[in-house]
Amino acid sequence: MATQDTSLAKPVSAAAPRRRSALAEFWYYFSENKGAVAGLCVFAALILIAILAPLIAPHNPDNQNTNMLLNPPAWQAGGTWRYILGTDAVGRDILSRLIFGSRFSLFIGVVVVTIAMVAGVTIGLVAGYVGGWVDTLIMRVMDVILAFPSLLLALVLVAVFGPGLLNAMIAIAIVYQPHFVRLTRAAVLGEINREYVISARVAGASPLYLMTRTILPNCLGPVIVQAALSFSNAILDAAALGFLGMGAQPPTPEWGTMLAESREFILRAWWAVTFPGLAILITVLAINLMGDGLRDALDPKLKRS
Amino acid sequence: MLQFLLRRIAVLIPTFIGVTLISFSFIRLLPGDPVMLLAGEHALSPAQHAAAMHALGLDRPLPIQYLDYLRGVLSGDFGQSIVTKRPVLQEFFSRFPATLELSIVAMIFAVLIGIPAGMFAAIKRGSMFDQLVMGSALVGFSMPIFWWGPLLIILFAGVLHWLPVSGRISLVYYFPPVTGFMLIDSLLSGQEGAFQSALSHLVLPAIVLGTIPLAVIARQTRSAMLEVLGEDYVRTARAKGMPPRRVIGVHALRNAMIPVITTIGLQVGVLMAGAILTETIFSWPGIGKWMVDAVFRRDYTVIQGGLLIIALIIMFVNLVVDVLYGFINPRIRHN
Repeated sequence: MATQDTSLAKPVSAAAPRRRSALAEFWYYFSENKGAVAGLCVFAALILIAILAPLIAPHNPDNQNTNMLLNPPAWQAGGTWRYILGTDAVGRDILSRLIFGSRFSLFIGVVVVTIAMVAGVTIGLVAGYVGGWVDTLIMRVMDVILAFPSLLLALVLVAVFGPGLLNAMIAIAIVYQPHFVRLTRAAVLGEINREYVISARVAGASPLYLMTRTILPNCLGPVIVQAALSFSNAILDAAALGFLGMGAQPPTPEWGTMLAESREFILRAWWAVTFPGLAILITVLAINLMGDGLRDALDPKLKRS
Repeated sequence: MLQFLLRRIAVLIPTFIGVTLISFSFIRLLPGDPVMLLAGEHALSPAQHAAAMHALGLDRPLPIQYLDYLRGVLSGDFGQSIVTKRPVLQEFFSRFPATLELSIVAMIFAVLIGIPAGMFAAIKRGSMFDQLVMGSALVGFSMPIFWWGPLLIILFAGVLHWLPVSGRISLVYYFPPVTGFMLIDSLLSGQEGAFQSALSHLVLPAIVLGTIPLAVIARQTRSAMLEVLGEDYVRTARAKGMPPRRVIGVHALRNAMIPVITTIGLQVGVLMAGAILTETIFSWPGIGKWMVDAVFRRDYTVIQGGLLIIALIIMFVNLVVDVLYGFINPRIRHN
């Protein structure tokens, strides 16, 4: 037992400097991609805006100024610098609502990706590691979930659970996790017969240890890329549900819900429709750019070419 | 080939069972009284309630209920709408042509622009054009289409007055549906201006629905083309002095199209999800709007039936793509 402990301790201490260099290598490849760096900057700015929302928003997002209904943005005739991006149909400041809305979008992304990734990776690890009928059963169930278009299944799940942001997030997470299951399982199957796994098994590592400590770290590359993709898709789908009236409910300043509220005014007040959508597009675009960079940096197949 | 086809169909059986299980359990997961949910009957006496339970088959054991449901589905019985009392399948077929027409035109739009754009981007790799195509594709891929639609409405209907805001055809035209495809029916009707009206109503929804497939197809064509252009046989063809147009058009493009065709097939799910949003934006009377309306009206049998039918359509198209792929590429067939 004692000898085994030292043999396990050694690679850990040796791994510490290697991990730093891996990070440096990651950054080297990631920063090669200018779009990815730009995406990262926008994303970081969004996080800052979300955190500092109460400090930087010029108005309370729920305050209604009944003298200023559908007021145009500042640079248009009739606009005022008090409401830079104009006001909506009940006189709320659109800029402030967008700033507070960033909190919802990022929160949705984080929650959906966390649920989908943790559940998906766990199930995928079990399917790949255990194999046999467990694997077959799990993969068939995932096939079934993948047979439905994600937005439709989310819509129906929300119809069952009732509309609302929380239910929308759970529904989207359920729809997304098969992707993580498939990726993780494929990665596990690629790793499980490698020599380092076999040697760890021979050294007496428990199945749990093998799954989580030996195999999992080597499967994370594609999972992280998928996480970025899911993050942006989750924001899009949640906003789409909000747009359909099945996601966050008014007066929540969620971007998709804001779009839905101002839909009837599209020909009269272009700003009330344009800015929430622009916010969604910029956020999703930034995350997708980042995702491309992550793929360049983490995908070993593309790395050396 | 036949064996390959049968094997592909056999793989679908567990998925089919799973899909029907989900649509079967959907109604039973709903909170509340199933008789009220399914029959819309309120304030029944206990005896009436029991009779209704019996009539709906809800008093039988769950496995029997499922088998009943499965038998109904296999014989084309998807229940009837709670709101309209019409069979779900009939409602589906009265709306499906609208979605099919929109999807076909959207895909034509996506393919006609996406494939040449991706191809020339690959040939002129690194050029301004390449960067423009890839940049636009990334924007298209990230596009919230429920915003893109209203934006185009503001521009083309609100500011320029070139195109109508919503619907399938101007209200001044009326003719009974023959094929269900407005473009064809308007021609058949012989009414002057009807076809133009139908076409102008189709432009914006088709662009909106086709945007994401367009982006995906352009990206996929570019990467497939780049891969093929690096192959030995392309170099050989070039070395033999074959004109570049022939090398690209004959040798490269044909092989690059194989993954692109798969991608096009896989867009069906994207189109179905996109139809939900596009049809809501443009008041397009197709199955996407049908499903959204059903969710709002709590027409649970329509949701249940529609969910299943759409999943079956996607499964079927994926099967066709799979088989086509095996047909084109024998290596897959014999694997």
